[in-house]
Amino acid sequence: MHLILFIIFAALCLTGAVNLLFQKQPINSALSLIVVMTSLAVLYLLLGAEFLAAAQVIVYAGAIMVLFTLVVMLLNAGREERTLGSRAAHTVGFPAVAAILAVIATSFIKLQGFGDARMDDHITSTADLSAVLFTKLLLPFEVTSVLILVAILGSVALARKGDAEGREPK
Amino acid sequence: MHLVSHEVPLVWYLLLSAVLFCLGVVGFLIKRNLITVFMSIELMLNAVNLSFVTFAHQWHEVKGQIFVFFVMVVAAAEAAVGLAIIIAVFRARSTLAVDRIDLMKL
Repeated sequence: MHLILFIIFAALCLTGAVNLLFQKQPINSALSLIVVMTSLAVLYLLLGAEFLAAAQVIVYAGAIMVLFTLVVMLLNAGREERTLGSRAAHTVGFPAVAAILAVIATSFIKLQGFGDARMDDHITSTADLSAVLFTKLLLPFEVTSVLILVAILGSVALARKGDAEGREPK
Repeated sequence: MHLVSHEVPLVWYLLLSAVLFCLGVVGFLIKRNLITVFMSIELMLNAVNLSFVTFAHQWHEVKGQIFVFFVMVVAAAEAAVGLAIIIAVFRARSTLAVDRIDLMKL
């Protein structure tokens, strides 16, 4: 059962990510990214992370991707033109990607005591998570509220009309 | 409901996250639209989150999941600010093609 669910949603993840690369319209890329994020939420559930699965759907697939699709529609982003891209991306970028993949994959496979680690029934409940988050890590948690406040102010300041000195447009 | 069982090696999840991360990097390199380049960055963040959750599951450790929680918070803030920057860039240059946004290019 677990194996079947893993295969289905891992395949959905990968096809969504590949589809993101090959779609020409930004809105199609955004929709395939939603597929990736939702199937990642199922994988989180399989790994026993209940709260994160819910947060993934609500925050990532919900809030963040709604923001993305809104901006795609607001700016009326049409077909992207295929250009060759920079030489640096071809000569350095793609070999570097292959190298990163090889290094990460071999280090994951060779990881001490991890090679044949299997799933167990361990589930991290929301209560376990909050017990640590609201005691030991209360200060970082509160500091994130300042971060979000700054982000709100920053995005409002950046997106409003007017020039760099903050003068209103005539 | 017994969703969790003992069939799947955890390293599969890690390999999936590695592949997703590299697809994100490739997207960052080949996409020519500012918004889709930004989406590739989000894909990379998600891939890293998957390996965090996998390791948290392996060591029965809550802290890995809490790190994912903070990554989500930062990603939400980053998406809001980044999209505001994209809107500002579009307003200034009337294009989203990264080839034509080259003010800082040497």
